[in-house]
Amino acid sequence: MYKYNDFDAAFLAERNAQFRAQVERRIDGSLTEDEFKPLRLMNGLYLQLHAYMLRVAIPYGTLNSAQMRQLALLAEKWDKGYGHFTTRQNIQYNWPKLRDVPDMLDALAEVGLHAIQTSGNTVRNVTSDHFAAAAREELEDPRPYAELIRQWSTDHPEFQFLGRKFKIAVTGAEQDRAVTRAHDIGLRMVSKDGENGFEVIVGGGLGRTPMIGKVLREFLPKEDLLPYLDAVLSVYNLLGRRDNKYKARIKITVQENGIDKIRDLVEERFVERRAEFNGADRELLEEIKTHFTPPALRGGNTQTYLAAYDSDPVFRAWADTNLAEHRKEDHAIVTISIKAHGATPGDATAEQMRIMADLAQEFAYDELRISHQQNVILPHVHKSDLPAIHARLKEVGLATANIGLISDIIACPGMDYCALATARSIPVAQDIATRFEELKLEHDIGHLQIKISGCINACGHHHVGHIGILGLDRAGVENYQITLGGDATETAAIGTRTGPGFAYDEIVPAVERLIEAYLELRTGEDETFIETYRRVGMDPFKAALYPEARKKVA
Amino acid sequence: MPRPFTPKIITANDLLEGDVIYFTATGSWSRDLAEAELITDEAEAQLRLLEAERDALSVVGIYLTDAKAGPNGPEPVHFREDFRRTGPSNYAHGKQEANLEATANV
Ligand code: HEM
Ligand code: SF4
Repeated sequence: MYKYNDFDAAFLAERNAQFRAQVERRIDGSLTEDEFKPLRLMNGLYLQLHAYMLRVAIPYGTLNSAQMRQLALLAEKWDKGYGHFTTRQNIQYNWPKLRDVPDMLDALAEVGLHAIQTSGNTVRNVTSDHFAAAAREELEDPRPYAELIRQWSTDHPEFQFLGRKFKIAVTGAEQDRAVTRAHDIGLRMVSKDGENGFEVIVGGGLGRTPMIGKVLREFLPKEDLLPYLDAVLSVYNLLGRRDNKYKARIKITVQENGIDKIRDLVEERFVERRAEFNGADRELLEEIKTHFTPPALRGGNTQTYLAAYDSDPVFRAWADTNLAEHRKEDHAIVTISIKAHGATPGDATAEQMRIMADLAQEFAYDELRISHQQNVILPHVHKSDLPAIHARLKEVGLATANIGLISDIIACPGMDYCALATARSIPVAQDIATRFEELKLEHDIGHLQIKISGCINACGHHHVGHIGILGLDRAGVENYQITLGGDATETAAIGTRTGPGFAYDEIVPAVERLIEAYLELRTGEDETFIETYRRVGMDPFKAALYPEARKKVA
Repeated sequence: MPRPFTPKIITANDLLEGDVIYFTATGSWSRDLAEAELITDEAEAQLRLLEAERDALSVVGIYLTDAKAGPNGPEPVHFREDFRRTGPSNYAHGKQEANLEATANV
């Protein structure tokens, strides 16, 4: 994986020293909050409802065991013993004290981690496929490109004060696990005439005006990536609106100007920028690629795996839901659920982080990934090691067999932490998971994605959930709107609202009615919730959700 | 008829700790909502806000918010303020943690 060179290390040390001095000047009163706030935000430090929050980037979701252990250390030493993994492949600490933050940043720098550009109107943490370099159908590891983008965009003078935040996601497979169509720029690797290149998608985004991105360039040769991105950013920087924060994202720029005009401007600028880059970016990419040489995967038979699979039903259930196919037959991709029923989605304790780090080191070539679905992945595991891993995970409450199921919920922090929230989202997720665990229906229901946000900013991706839940404040009371039919994959779609919202104590029963309807409607166990919805449409689900309304009409 | 004024309190977050604090009648800050000053007059509320803002160097995000009188001092009107005075609902962290410790020590 990418290792910092002397320049990176020096840059980080200098940034941290600067921030330490800024914190001191804030505390001694020489900086006002108005002056300090943009500085702290540039370093990932927010102020939420009950405390500060430090957001640490996990570039393209990749960590080694030393980094994971350091995240555990931060949780223990300066927080309340846990961290929260987010949909943007970041980790958030909910309880740091202002004076401690410079020390936290220094501790992160020791393992090459940072909080730079995790906030503000900059290019944010570049996200990627959490199965990168392990998935069977992948064309190419997307992470060298993500790293290239990170290096180019970090502290880029032209792009430090964009009209609004800017989010880029990259995937190296045609199957989209990085929600590329809901990003300001999504890069999806495609193959043409035997050459790999990127489909460039622009203007996707969630928030108050959710949009699925549009194709800006069907095929961009890989080596043109940076000049092309530079051109897009520069066109956005000039054309994007700065008069209204809600109209400032590139999705609105694309909508107001039309994709064709944007394309023409970008292509024009691209020619200039490519000449300026003069190939330096290609050399850098080649250098970066050397850090991503795949691990030498071991051989050996898979007897222990097959034996455990046959004899241990608990292991089998876990293997059936939490494993994905690896490009090498005798290996598997392990998703560790940090969504135990009733627990906070995405939260891991320091102890759990350490166990995951140990497992990565012992069995998984020292690699871990964080998924946008708020789980942790061991991307390369020889199948014979799976029973041992499962046993260790069980000991620390990490063996929940629910990946892709109804309790594998994305939830934003909501009103429990976030200063912008209009309602809670975490307890809604906890209650749904607990309820369906009681009903013992989860495996019968099969693949289903519920995504919950605590306000229209949509950090919990509710628009692209099969079932989306949006928490609002209706006259001083929490109220939850439901959307159906959202899709976060390569067939991305924004969900449709079902109708009036539900009170806090009505939302779980409402979801239950939806599920009952689905179980009635589906053609068989093979038809997933989203497939049934696509086949039968909204009406039967509406009828299940609002039985009273139907009675009134009748 | 003008709309009746909803009583207010002044609240903010502490610069160093980041936690929720309330402006008291004596012009100090308390971590306990019950000790906040309940301001019942609109003009007075604006004046008190200006006074509170003199502490802007050690206190962050000062604002007025609705509150009502309760048996033990002011109480929140909106659920957001109820969470701020309690802590998150998924863990007993925040102010409720301090309260738990206090009861445990009795
Ligand atoms: C301090 C807490 C947070 C604040 C203040 C915050 C703020 C925002 C705002 C204002 C937007 C809307 C941007 C727009 O429409 O232009 C947004 C979107 C988003 N945030 Fe957050 N957020 C917070 C926490 C999180 C967390 C915990 C996650 C991950 C779980 C997250 C991930 C996202 C995502 C995925 C979007 C939607 C994608 C898009 O930008 O269009 N945010 N956030
Ligand atoms: S969706 Fe709203 S409530 Fe949830 S984290 Fe984002 S800004 Fe906060």
